[in-house]
Amino acid sequence: MNRYFSITRFLAIIIKEFIQMRRDRVTFGMMVGIPLLQLLLFGFAINSDPKHLPAAVLMNDQGPQARTLLSAIRNSGYYEFVQQVHSEDEAREVLEHGEVQFVITIPQDFSRDLLRGDKPTLLIEADATDPAATSNAINIMRPLLTTALMNDFKGPLAYLAQSEAPIDLRIHALYNPEAVTQYNIVPGLMGVVLTMTMVMITALAITRERERGTMENLLSMPTRPFEVLLGKIIPYMFVGYIQVTLILIAAHFLFHVPMIGNLGLLFAAAFVFIAANLAVGITFSTLATNQLQAVQGSFFFFLPSLLLSGFMFPFRGMPQWAQNIGEVLPLTHFLRIVRGVLLKGNDFADISLQLWQIGLFAIIALVIGVFRYRQTLD
Amino acid sequence: MSEELAIDVKGMTKRFGTRTVVNKIDLQVRRGEIYGFLGPNGSGKTTFIRMLCGLLKADEGSGTCLGFDVIKQSEEIKKQVGYMTQRFSFYEDLSIRENLDFVARMYGVKKREETVNASIKRLGLAGREQQLAGQLSGGWKQRLALAACLIHEPKLLLLDEPTAGVDPKARRDFWEQIHQLAAEGLTFLITTHYMDEAERCHRLAYIAYGNLLTRGTVQEVIDSAHLTTWSVKGGDLVKLAGELRGKPGVHQAVAFGTMLHVSGGDEKALEQAIAPFRNDHEWMHIRPGLEDVFIHLMDQSKDNFAAE
Repeated sequence: MNRYFSITRFLAIIIKEFIQMRRDRVTFGMMVGIPLLQLLLFGFAINSDPKHLPAAVLMNDQGPQARTLLSAIRNSGYYEFVQQVHSEDEAREVLEHGEVQFVITIPQDFSRDLLRGDKPTLLIEADATDPAATSNAINIMRPLLTTALMNDFKGPLAYLAQSEAPIDLRIHALYNPEAVTQYNIVPGLMGVVLTMTMVMITALAITRERERGTMENLLSMPTRPFEVLLGKIIPYMFVGYIQVTLILIAAHFLFHVPMIGNLGLLFAAAFVFIAANLAVGITFSTLATNQLQAVQGSFFFFLPSLLLSGFMFPFRGMPQWAQNIGEVLPLTHFLRIVRGVLLKGNDFADISLQLWQIGLFAIIALVIGVFRYRQTLD
Repeated sequence: MSEELAIDVKGMTKRFGTRTVVNKIDLQVRRGEIYGFLGPNGSGKTTFIRMLCGLLKADEGSGTCLGFDVIKQSEEIKKQVGYMTQRFSFYEDLSIRENLDFVARMYGVKKREETVNASIKRLGLAGREQQLAGQLSGGWKQRLALAACLIHEPKLLLLDEPTAGVDPKARRDFWEQIHQLAAEGLTFLITTHYMDEAERCHRLAYIAYGNLLTRGTVQEVIDSAHLTTWSVKGGDLVKLAGELRGKPGVHQAVAFGTMLHVSGGDEKALEQAIAPFRNDHEWMHIRPGLEDVFIHLMDQSKDNFAAE
């Protein structure tokens, strides 16, 4: 045997590691399964050129040119007209709730003004909280308008084809007019950081007791699952709030993110979100048999949260099935809340639906955890 | 149910898959008694104790523990039982005081601070109470664990190999404390591998492969085995043991230091078997000890086990 490096000893370690790896089937399965799942999920789901974005139309003119224009916009593939609004107030409301990404307003006498060469205004209001989601749809508008009307501008209308721009296109990028990416990313990071740390911390909570052997002792004492699970969650609520506060301070002073809405409301909403993540973690903790599995479990949850929530890629750019998965995740709803409150000035009524969905998720996760928590060592 | 009995269970059975780990064990322990629970490793002692305090669900069996139904009322039992696990299972990253405080809160101890202070004082750890439990030596960990088990003033203590890895002095102190507490009315069920500890119990039971083989006082256990034992000195004892083993009448030939203990169930047959060697060594007829009896029981049950 060599003093410095022995092949035999080296082999012994390799063999031992392989045996241990094989024994922990769940870990091995996750090592193979996670990349595969990610590949399928994200390979198909992620799209940085989102199309079919929901839009509303405020149609004050029913003339043929207005109709031609609308169908051309629809045919571009970027816009999907999901509803018709009847007033500017209503238009603003659907944008604020995030029901649509765009509102296209066709003013009164649009067709008449167009034919007269009076350059009517076509207004597009965009929810630009996430600049990435809207920029392509906005950019195609100008070339689209010119080509769309070319067919109409024949015969007696040929004179219109000569003019440079027959329509005055106005784009209002709302909530984030300068398209500052940080305005979108920084509030979003709050949710991402909370998801990552909160799930991980509590995922280790029960498995650690089990691995250190303290579980046997804990179980021999007269205690109930709810006491244990909630007792393990509460201290980390504080940690979560420290994170929220730090991120808000940084967002304000370092990134100058506008804070239009009520911060108290945001803190209240964060409570539900933090609780949801802690509940997920604690549930993983009851499912995993060792700490490594618990950590893998939290990654298993974290990655879809990161990629399918609309944080990294525009939510509406994803296919429907991926959006459905995203709708289940608390982060998706929390992102809407944070952006809504900070950038759009949403009030409680605006965010209550999102909040309710996070709350439901938290309750279900906790119930599974309590159900899975074993009061015996069986 | 008798007021006299702290533990009164019948037919306790536990299976893990197809393996029966505890097989229909009946056990009665009187209040204020120190009951020794002996048996080789993996004989089902820990499993049995865990069933008593509700940590494992019994597959079969019935009875009472401190007057509560051992199957249905484990929550009530837990409140009045102290269970000391085989491995130190308090929090190593908590200090001595924090550990005791935690346990006191878990059991809803009244006058918590006083109780914890008194416990620390009794432990002889005053002044070191801020030390982390993980930094304690094996003996101190054991004392801390016992103190923590006592903090809610339980009526029954289940101690699973409490003295494993503890030095003789600490073991002796430990047993003195146990006897004192028993005199105050506490009941103990203690598992151990040490014969000297077994002899310090009021009564004991021996289990192997999940079956209870014998029970009673030390004397009763020895007598009931009907074992004849000879002690041999001098000559080549290793060779002698080899020649004796397997002879009819000889159940076992076990080395005890410079002596060999040769035992058998049938006095006549044993004498016949050893007759050819009588002149080469010094032979002495002795009373069998607990250890002789236990080794005998274990060998027999192994035979039964193999025959099944």
